[in-house]
Formats: sequence, C-alpha cells, structure tokens
Amino acid sequence: MQNSQPWVEKYRPRKVKDVAHQDEVVRVLTNTLETADCPHMLFYGPPGTGKTTTALAISHQLFGPELYKTRVLELNASDDRGINVVRTKIKDFASVAVSTGHHPGPYPCPPFKIIILDEADSMTEDAQNALRRTMETYSKVTRFIFICNYISRIIEPLASRCAKFRFKSLPDDILSTRVLHVCNEENLHLDTKSLSTLGSISQGDLRRAITYLQSAARLYGSSISSENLISVSGIIPQVVVETLFNVCKVGNFDDADAEVSNIIAEGYPVSQMFSQLFELIVGSDDISDEQKAKICKRMAEADKCLIDGANEYLQLMDVASFTMRVLSNMSQQMCF
Amino acid sequence: MLWVDKHRPRALDKVIVHEEIAQNLKMLVSEQDCPHLLFYGPTGSGRKTLVMALLKQMFGTSAEKVKLENKNWKIDTGTRTIEVELTTLSSTNHVELNPSDAGFQDRYVVQEIIKEMAKSRPIDAKGKKGFKVLVLNEVDKLSREAQHSLRRTMEKYSSSCRLILCCSSSSKVTEAVRSRCLNIRVNAPTNDQIIRVLEFIAKKEKLQLPSTLAARIAVQSNRSLRKAILSFETCKVQNYPFTDDQVVPPMDWEQYVCEIVSDIMKEQSPKRLFLVRGKLYELLINCIPPGFILKNLLSELLKKLDDELKHEVCHWAAHYEHRMQLGQKAIFHLEAFVAKFMSIYKEFLIATFG
Ligand SMILES: Nc1ncnc2c1ncn2[C@@H]1O[C@H](COP(=O)(O)OP(=O)(O)OP(=O)(O)O)[C@@H](O)[C@H]1O
Ligand SMILES: [Mg+2]
Repeated sequence: MQNSQPWVEKYRPRKVKDVAHQDEVVRVLTNTLETADCPHMLFYGPPGTGKTTTALAISHQLFGPELYKTRVLELNASDDRGINVVRTKIKDFASVAVSTGHHPGPYPCPPFKIIILDEADSMTEDAQNALRRTMETYSKVTRFIFICNYISRIIEPLASRCAKFRFKSLPDDILSTRVLHVCNEENLHLDTKSLSTLGSISQGDLRRAITYLQSAARLYGSSISSENLISVSGIIPQVVVETLFNVCKVGNFDDADAEVSNIIAEGYPVSQMFSQLFELIVGSDDISDEQKAKICKRMAEADKCLIDGANEYLQLMDVASFTMRVLSNMSQQMCF
Repeated sequence: MLWVDKHRPRALDKVIVHEEIAQNLKMLVSEQDCPHLLFYGPTGSGRKTLVMALLKQMFGTSAEKVKLENKNWKIDTGTRTIEVELTTLSSTNHVELNPSDAGFQDRYVVQEIIKEMAKSRPIDAKGKKGFKVLVLNEVDKLSREAQHSLRRTMEKYSSSCRLILCCSSSSKVTEAVRSRCLNIRVNAPTNDQIIRVLEFIAKKEKLQLPSTLAARIAVQSNRSLRKAILSFETCKVQNYPFTDDQVVPPMDWEQYVCEIVSDIMKEQSPKRLFLVRGKLYELLINCIPPGFILKNLLSELLKKLDDELKHEVCHWAAHYEHRMQLGQKAIFHLEAFVAKFMSIYKEFLIATFG
C-alpha cells in the first residue's frame, strides 16, 4: 500500500520509549505505565523535539486504540479554546466519571481521562485562568497535559500545578541516529559530510531534518549530497552574504543599493539574511568590537521591524547603509 | 484576454523561466507522500503560474475546471455565531483562497476549512483515498493566531490534506509553520529570462520584436515578469510595427510618483507639502499600496541626491514605513516622510549654499 503520509508522520515514534534524548520525561512516563498514575504535566521546549509525540504516545499506550476515543481529548491551537470552550467543552469532558472496572487487554487503562492542550501558549490568559478551577475540581478523574514552546506564556498558577518537563534540542549525534534510521528504511545513502550538514542546518529540530531529508530524496534521488540539503533548506548561499558585506566595506551607496535590490529580487528572506550576516560580522577579524556592537544593535532593531510587518527592502537597506557609515567611521548621527 | 493570462504556461514542462524548479516539483509529486509546500518570492516572479501548473501535474486537467464561489461560514464560538464570507476558487481536488481577506477573523477560516476538507476526501479511480490540496495565498498577511492554528492542523490532517502556502516574504511566516513545509524559493526572473519570454510571446502573436526594444522593456520592468508583459502589450497597442527607439510607457502611477518627486525637489514649503498631500491621496484612492508608494518615492529621490544625504533619507524611509505598518492611516506616514525629507533637504541647501 502506498503511504500518503509525509515522512515526519510516518516516523513519529508510537511508543514513549522510542522518543529520543528526552530521558527525564521518558523515565517518568515509563513509570506511569507501570503504576498507572501520573501528575498533570507541562511539556515545553523548541519545535520538533518530541512534545506532541510524547503526549500522543503515552495516551495511546495507556488506553489502547479503543478506549483512546473516549478517554482522551486533544485540543490544539486550531480548535477554539476561548474562555467559553474552557467553561463548557473542557469542563464537560473533565467532569464525566470513568468506570474503575478492569478492562481486558494489554493496556493499563487507569481510571482517569487525559486532556491534551497542545500549543497552549496561544491560549488567552482569561481562558487559562478559567482552567484553574476545572483542574482542581476534577483532578481525581482528569489529567492535563499542556504543551508549549514558551513556558513564559503559561500563567504561573497553571504551571505550578504541573510537573514540568523541558524538552531539549536534539544534539547532532542523536539527530544523526534518527536520520540514519530513516535512511535505512527508505534506502537512502548519506555520507558523513551530508549528515553533519543536515545536523547544522536543522538546528536540533528533528522535524526539519526529516522534512529536508525527504525533500532532498524526492528531488535528487537516493544518494544525497550536502549541497542538495543546503538547497532545500532555504539557507542563503554564503557568497551572497559575503558580497553584501564586502559592498558595505567599500562604502559606495549605489552599489549597496543594487546589491540589496538583487537580494530582494532573488527572494532571499531578509530575516534569514540578518542571522547569517550577524554570524559573519561577529566572526570577522578586521572590524572593532565597538563597530560590531553598533551594527548588531541596528540589525536587532530592524529584525523587530520586520516582525511588525515592515518592508524587507527598506529594512535591509537601512542596515546596509548604517553598516557602511559605521565601517567608514562616518557620523552615524543624522546630520540634519 | 490579456497576454499575461493568455500566454501563461499551463504545464510544468512548458514553463520558460523556472525550469529547474518545475522539474523538481514534478519529481516531488511523483509519489503520494510529498510534504506541505511553501512558495515564497517577490511578486510578479511567477509563483502563481508554478502553483497552477503543479496542480495540473497532480490532478490532470480536472484541476483546471475551477469554479468561483462566495462561501459563507457560520462558526459557533459558544456564545455567538461568527459569520465569515470569502471568495474561494475550487476544483474537485483543490480549494484556493486568501484567508487574510477575512481580516482578524482569519483564524476561524483556517480552522474551519481544513477540517471541512479533511472530511470530504476524494476517492480516486482505483478506489484509494486521495488527498485534497488547499492553496492559501498571502500567508505572510495571516495573523499570528491564524498561523499558530495551522501548526498542529498541518500534522494532524497531513494524510488527507496537503497545504500549498504562498507568500512574498517568508520572514513574516512563523518559524513553526516554515519548519513544517518544504520551502521553495521562486526568484524574480533575470532580464535575459524576461527577454526570452517576450520573444516567445512575440512569436506566438506573430510580431516582429526588435531586440533593443525587448531589452529596454526588460530593464524597465525591474525584474517583474508581469510588468514586462503588460508593458509589452501596451507598446503593441501604441505603436506597431515596433521601432527601435519607441518609448516604453511606464505605469501610470510610477509616472505620477516621479511628478511628486520633482514637486518636492523644486520647493520645500508647507504650501508645497499641501499640494503633495493631494497627489498622495490620489494614489491611495487608486488602490496603490502605500508601501509601494513610499518605496518608489525613495528610489526616485535617491536618483537626485548626493551620497551623504542618501544614507539619511534611506533611514527615514525605513523609519516611516515601519510606523505605517503599526499605524492605521497610511497618509499620515507618507506625508510625514515627505515633510521630513523637505526639512532635511532645505537645511542641506542652506548649509551648502547659504
Ligand atoms: N525526541 C524525538 N525522538 C524521536 N523523534 C522525534 C523526536 N522529536 C521529534 N521527532 C520527530 O519530529 C516530528 C515532530 O515532533 P513533534 O510533533 O513531537 O514536535 P513538537 O515538539 O510537538 O514540536 P512543536 O513545538 O513545533 O509542536 C515527529 O514526527 C518525529 O518524527
Ligand atoms: Mg507539537
């Protein structure tokens, strides 16, 4: 049968013990499987590190496919989770009593339900506040699992009721092991160089690594080079970044303008340009620390403007022009 | 039909400019398990053409039988019902829409439509369940909330629904969404590529196109293929047979911006500012995006200035454009920029010439 799921889904671990690198949570949950009890939990950490995977895996392992349907409620940012839903839908689900009777079969089936609130950082504060009561009132029959990228967006009273688990970025070696596993299953060949490239471009995010891998495999066949991976990753080629920086060093405004226009026409994302330019500038030996600091500060401001929706050409041009003035020790104060 | 539409390549094998991307796309969809796609690149670069050709590659000619509908969604939020109306373009296998048209309610559209589509999976000739494709345009204009609500949905319904996201600036798409897609950069065509397209169209229309004219059209288009083809067609209307030195008419509004700039350069006074305001309003009324106006003002001004002033003017343009994004009324910020420029320029004149 042809599988129509993308590889990230196909290779999503189904069992808690297969989740890589998050030892603490795996240990606690393995214990849960034996004792059939667990606390409320809060999973937080960067994208693609296994949070959703872990929550789904433990729920499936606790209840099995049949009971899962009635015992687990999964809500994510695409569901409406405003204050009203918290007061009605979540409360209704939480308040239902569960039978304590023994369920036949290999699953522990503990006498509680699980509510998974994925992407909880996009819930409003009001909705989170409304949850406090529900959590307390029904804690005998319901366990909550909150999942988010930024723990600071979860209000303290909720966070303090949970066992918190930080999901760590996956280090290169673990990432490589998982990637090699996929390669094996899909009959792909990766040499060591491409493997390390894949590690550095996906920055500890396994989902990204697998998506890049699949894209490269579709485009370039079963033998994948490190250039192939870079081209699917959206990273700006180093020469483009260096050219811009060199033009700024020379200091001719019109040349810089032409270069910036070219970058925009080529479609390179300016936020990505900023992060690569940042690395180049911080690492270069021929400019002073003070100059570096000034440029980086301006770049940070421009990056914020981009998030506000400002025009990419104008922001990059502003940074380029500022860099030129700093490097040629021209006055950075506006003259008029 | 305009030439831009008439000569739009329909199949991936027929594209003239992004041949490599097209070939890649073809391989990408050869299996059923292709990931979600995010197309990004400047406007007028041919993103849309690629997406349409891709749909045809996936679903055959049925992807071209589209119908335009005004769809109404009633969304029950518990206390009240929200009504959202949007125009969609759909075939049996795909739906295309601009969710950001729903304004701050875009989140509901994104939520509802994907679930709705996932429910009605098409069944192909062999009785297998296929997937539907949802094309979302201008995702860079989607609110943060709407982008957040895409995240898990993209995973959850990945076997029944494939997303094709399009935007001009991928900086404005959140990391979480970007990392769930294969990112495809569609660059603006180079002048040579534009010339090739113009020559292709000339051949189809049985026209004699002098190479110098083609080159000038390409340069003036600023690497926008759409603009090049539009002005090529205008040239044909104005004067055929073509001559080597015939004028390539600029877009009306660009001409108008040039006028504004020469107004500004001639006199810097409150009276002149008042005059300019009227002209800026004129542009806004004709639906020219304010960001375009500001950027064109800047590039016309830069042509007339000394280097030291260029830095300064460029900085203020970035400054006011940013404020414009945060604010509500574009005219305030456009006018503020013009006023700022006038004051800088006047002081510069006084300092230099006394
Ligand atoms: N620790 C891990 N062990 C094994 N596979 C992983 C791990 N982390 C991520 N993956 C892979 O990456 C994919 C995405 O992981 P998951 O959905 O759990 O990310 P997440 O932490 O929920 O990210 P987000 O914050 O973006 O929602 C999974 O399908 C799986 O293939
Ligand atoms: Mg997740």
